[in-house]
Amino acid sequence: MWGFYIEQLMHSLPFFLKGLWMTIAVSGISLVVGTLLGFLWGIIRSSQNRTLKALVGAWVDIIRGTPFLVQVFIIFFILPEFGIQLEAFPAAVIALTNLAACFICEIVVAGIQAVPWGQREAAISTGLNWYQQLRNVIMPQAMRVILPPLVGQYVLLIKDSSVVSAIGVVDVTRVGWLTVQRVPQGLLVFGLVALLYFIICYPLIQLSNSLEKRMSSGYTRGKV
Amino acid sequence: MLETFNFRVIFEYLPLFGSCFLATLWLSAAGLVGALVIGTLACSMRIGRHKLIAIVAAAYIESIRSTPLLVQLFFFYFGLPSLGIRLSEAATGILALALNSGAYLAEIIRAGIQSISHGQVEAAVASGLSYIQRMRHIILPQAIGVTLPPMLGQAIVLVKDSALLSLISLPELTRAGQIMTSERFMPAEGFLTSAVFYLLIYYMLKWMTAWSQKRLIYMQA
Repeated sequence: MWGFYIEQLMHSLPFFLKGLWMTIAVSGISLVVGTLLGFLWGIIRSSQNRTLKALVGAWVDIIRGTPFLVQVFIIFFILPEFGIQLEAFPAAVIALTNLAACFICEIVVAGIQAVPWGQREAAISTGLNWYQQLRNVIMPQAMRVILPPLVGQYVLLIKDSSVVSAIGVVDVTRVGWLTVQRVPQGLLVFGLVALLYFIICYPLIQLSNSLEKRMSSGYTRGKV
Repeated sequence: MLETFNFRVIFEYLPLFGSCFLATLWLSAAGLVGALVIGTLACSMRIGRHKLIAIVAAAYIESIRSTPLLVQLFFFYFGLPSLGIRLSEAATGILALALNSGAYLAEIIRAGIQSISHGQVEAAVASGLSYIQRMRHIILPQAIGVTLPPMLGQAIVLVKDSALLSLISLPELTRAGQIMTSERFMPAEGFLTSAVFYLLIYYMLKWMTAWSQKRLIYMQA
């Protein structure tokens, strides 16, 4: 009996791969744009401008404090009332990009804070301007602290992208949901969906772990 | 849109939001208790001496961490009945939440135990303390201090994750927003009210995290 269902699943495998492609597209675009925005927010949050800092801080807090599903619904259902009619795909990308930016912002802030204050003072007294300080002194050292959790955050965001299936984006989770209506074997169907996510996320988790090991060992060597 | 924002309807739906808020609280609390039990168990299995058990625990932790909660939720929701196991929606939801957060808590607890330097254990052994005394007086007091802030962080994640239970039609906060949307077509009022209630929980837990971190620094000083 299981053989029959597995055969049926094999028939809809192209459908699953299409869904996987959609998952990769949504999370890929959001991660790239979200990383850029997240670094921008993070640098603003570590700057001296009080108003901008407070604004970004409040926004980041609100996004970090509410479920992603609620954010997706708000963007999908409320923006049309402002006259911005969005398809499911752009709505999903906007929601996930925003989420990515807000979580990456915190990682960047922590990384910049980990650079000793003396480094900045030395950079100032060497006569470097703000951009040069950031580009040549602060960020290269901060990246060592930022990189491992950043990759870990990517994994969380790729997994969060499954939530956008709720507004009808046909990603791999949605494909599973549609398939289970025809092939009533939830364990098989969602086992396959889980396997597809596993193939993407597991190597990234390992990468994050090995980065953490490498970066921290480099740090102690520098200190001693 | 804002000129049509209808506070009266929100007040009309406030009892629904109140009961759904309580539902979110108790679903998350039940999930957290389950996660603590599973997490402690999985952690002790993973760092134990028995190889096979350690591999089983590691496989559980890694497979949970590499797949989305929503997929795990659907796996149980659609999968358990095909095995002949019929659970209520609430039980399925709590099971998924507990198994999901349990894997993360196991890693947090493991990091906490491993953060205690080996010299502490050696000193305790040299002082002639028994295993239970070592755990009670040396390891746990330090480990709990270190793990409390990340555990509260995981609690925040769990509360937010509980929003996904609305997708298996459990009446919790996000579901209240969906109900308001389908009955009155007022998504703005509905989901923004849900968001406010979530923020309430978030700020409370965040405040507790900051407090526990302060305690931690105080304890280490």
